[in-house]
Amino acid sequence: MSFEPRILGFLCNWCSYAGADLAGVSRIQYPPNIRVIRVMCSGRVDPEFIFKALKLGIDGVIITGCHPGDCHYIEGNYEAVKKFELVQKLLSKLNMEKRIRLEWVSASEGNRFAEVITDFTNQIKELGPSPLSGKDLDMELMEKLEALEMAAESYRLRALVGRERKITEQENVYGEKYPKEKFDNLFDAAINNEYIRNRILLSLEKNPKSVKDLATQLNIDSKEILNHILVLKGRNQVAMEDIIENQPIYLNVMER
Amino acid sequence: MTEKQDEDIRIGIFVCHCGTNIGGFVDCEQLAEYATTLPNVAHSEHNLYTCSETGLAAIRNAVKEHNLNRVVVASCTPRTHEPLFRDCVQEVGLNPYLFNFVNIRDQCTWVHMKETDAAFEKAKDLIKMGSAKAAKLEALERIVVDINPIALIIGGGISGMNTAISLSKQGFKTHLVEKEDKLGGRLKSLYKLFPNDQEASAFLEDMTKKVEASKNLTVYTSSKIKSIEGFIGNYNVEIEQNGDIISLNVGAIIVAVGASVFEPTNLFGYDGEKSITQLELENKLKNNEVDANNIVMIQCVGARNEERVYCSSICCMTALKNALIIKEFNPDAHVTILFRDIYTPGIQYEQYFKKARKAGVLFIKYTLEKLPLVDKNEIKVFNEYLGEEILIPYDLLVLSTPLIANNDNSDLAQMLKVPLEENNFFLEAHVKLRPIDFATDGIYICGSAKWPVDITESTTQGLAAASRASRILSHETIEVESSTAYLPEWNKSLCKGCEVCITICPYNAIIKNEDDEIEIIQALCKGCGTCGSTCTKHAIEIKHFNNEQIMAEIIAFGGKIIE
Ligand code: FES
Repeated sequence: MSFEPRILGFLCNWCSYAGADLAGVSRIQYPPNIRVIRVMCSGRVDPEFIFKALKLGIDGVIITGCHPGDCHYIEGNYEAVKKFELVQKLLSKLNMEKRIRLEWVSASEGNRFAEVITDFTNQIKELGPSPLSGKDLDMELMEKLEALEMAAESYRLRALVGRERKITEQENVYGEKYPKEKFDNLFDAAINNEYIRNRILLSLEKNPKSVKDLATQLNIDSKEILNHILVLKGRNQVAMEDIIENQPIYLNVMER
Repeated sequence: MTEKQDEDIRIGIFVCHCGTNIGGFVDCEQLAEYATTLPNVAHSEHNLYTCSETGLAAIRNAVKEHNLNRVVVASCTPRTHEPLFRDCVQEVGLNPYLFNFVNIRDQCTWVHMKETDAAFEKAKDLIKMGSAKAAKLEALERIVVDINPIALIIGGGISGMNTAISLSKQGFKTHLVEKEDKLGGRLKSLYKLFPNDQEASAFLEDMTKKVEASKNLTVYTSSKIKSIEGFIGNYNVEIEQNGDIISLNVGAIIVAVGASVFEPTNLFGYDGEKSITQLELENKLKNNEVDANNIVMIQCVGARNEERVYCSSICCMTALKNALIIKEFNPDAHVTILFRDIYTPGIQYEQYFKKARKAGVLFIKYTLEKLPLVDKNEIKVFNEYLGEEILIPYDLLVLSTPLIANNDNSDLAQMLKVPLEENNFFLEAHVKLRPIDFATDGIYICGSAKWPVDITESTTQGLAAASRASRILSHETIEVESSTAYLPEWNKSLCKGCEVCITICPYNAIIKNEDDEIEIIQALCKGCGTCGSTCTKHAIEIKHFNNEQIMAEIIAFGGKIIE
């Protein structure tokens, strides 16, 4: 049997959901793989939703909203872009970024809705089943995805995403704008750091480890690991448990 | 995280056949049977039409008989039928927010007509997801807002004038804003009106007198809308008149901006003299300036083609009317109408067509593939019926051009937050069920702003818009959507005070109050939910679309979460 992907769609009520209804009224046919969750605005889609879906082995997630400038709530779709970009950047670490998509479909674009869904379904068919679907789960990949999710949930990344438009699009009191490239660099670095920190936390949750152990396990330079450990210590997320053979052993002390 | 009392959840699921629209493609009985296997489902059934009185009675009975406290209907779309079912469950004492809609028609059977097995599986999943969300639904208190009983009509053409007169007669204070310096819109440039050949100027004068005589009506000519903010019952509007800004507060807004006329530049030798538009012809007729003997009219100029796919609906009648007027002045004149199809719906318009034929007007069909060629004194046209090219001499060529959307429609649409369709006309909430409403409460649409229409239809729609608006304006208060954002008591300790929510809220609905706590002003919040997905600590919740509910839907589709 050919692969029939399971696709989840988040449709904003005002444009895209109406566009999807119009496809129905006009009897425009598209692949039956998508299941829709209606939200009032594309800006409602929390990165958490996408991660949860992917962790469940759902093969693809598509978000559709009103065209730029047409959001029923003025700017919700611009916020959706920022959230989407974050998830995309995170997922690219696992080569999974093609499993998600953000598109604009207006209330009058029944045709376009069908096209977008057909195209995305084909894209997912080409990619094949999610590595997290099926019986034999790749637990290492799952742990990485989990670390990405935790990164997306972290205060630091959520605050950056929430402030991005204000920082890069509005002028400060001196009439200056923060350059977009500078912000992107900062953002990328933050994404990287939070991802690694959460991988460390997940690893330490299982059993306490030394910096060296972590470096070998995660295949990351031990100096870098040490830096992260220091930050995590500062955040009261890890603590030193013991010293064995002159090596401090760290443990995850977060409440979960 | 949430401190809810555990209650015994009892869901009732109603699967609608919608005649054959759903039932013709998937087995609704089996869907209903499947529904009983889902968690918390206490009852399920299938109905021929769940929205019919019989169907609604079935819901009411089942709620009583099975002690249901959640109702799920799997049928068409919440965009049209959610209010009906919410009212229905409310009648039997359930909070309307304990109802959930599952769309298995517009987004399932209608779009997977050839893959009925897959459609059946999809319908099952959708019902499962909808039922999972239903289990998590919470009763919400309706938010009540005051209604300012004042109407604003944008556009002083024939439909807008009708709306204004009607509303002011009903006693509502009414503002009519027109961007040109006189009322009348397109009517100003017409000579006579079909179907009774009434003089347009006399008709307009009569309407203008009525407007002037209306007590509660203020007219602003040469005025433009600058900004619109607010919500049903309470819109703040700024208009600019000769450089002055006038602020109005109104309860309802009617969009009656009409349409513009397409100018056929570079088409069929258009020069405004020997090759003119119907509108220019009207002007010549008005001034008795038509001295041509061989008149040819070309229909569908710049319409029903790739660029403009639609039929402008008024041009056939305009051509017939003007052809008859010419024949009346000068019975010896040769009038030929080159058409692609003739559109004369109803008895009266069809009579017009017959009359024109009797009067000797010639009709020659052409096709889009073989357009008439215009030379200096002749027109070459391939006659479909003869199968050969013929030459028609002319001394006046009249082009029937379509009405097109105004080029400032998108500005207004953005201010109102209402959609346009692909030709930039305004798009109503539903073509059959809510033809005069926008999806946004308190805003209405009439006349050619929506689609090219003639005077009769403009009047009908103008009056319809007045009656739709008066349903709102006649109330002192109205209940609005309760699915807003809020910061629950038990989440307050999570809030770190980062204020990101304040930055991103487009309505300034989130503030820091005197106690230095985040507070969400319910009447200002429109429930987009963006603050919920932005909140750095997941402290803000979105009623009716909260994380738990959406997560339940995701899990219902995806299976168990593997932690
Ligand atoms: S309402 Fe459609 S994207 Fe905001």
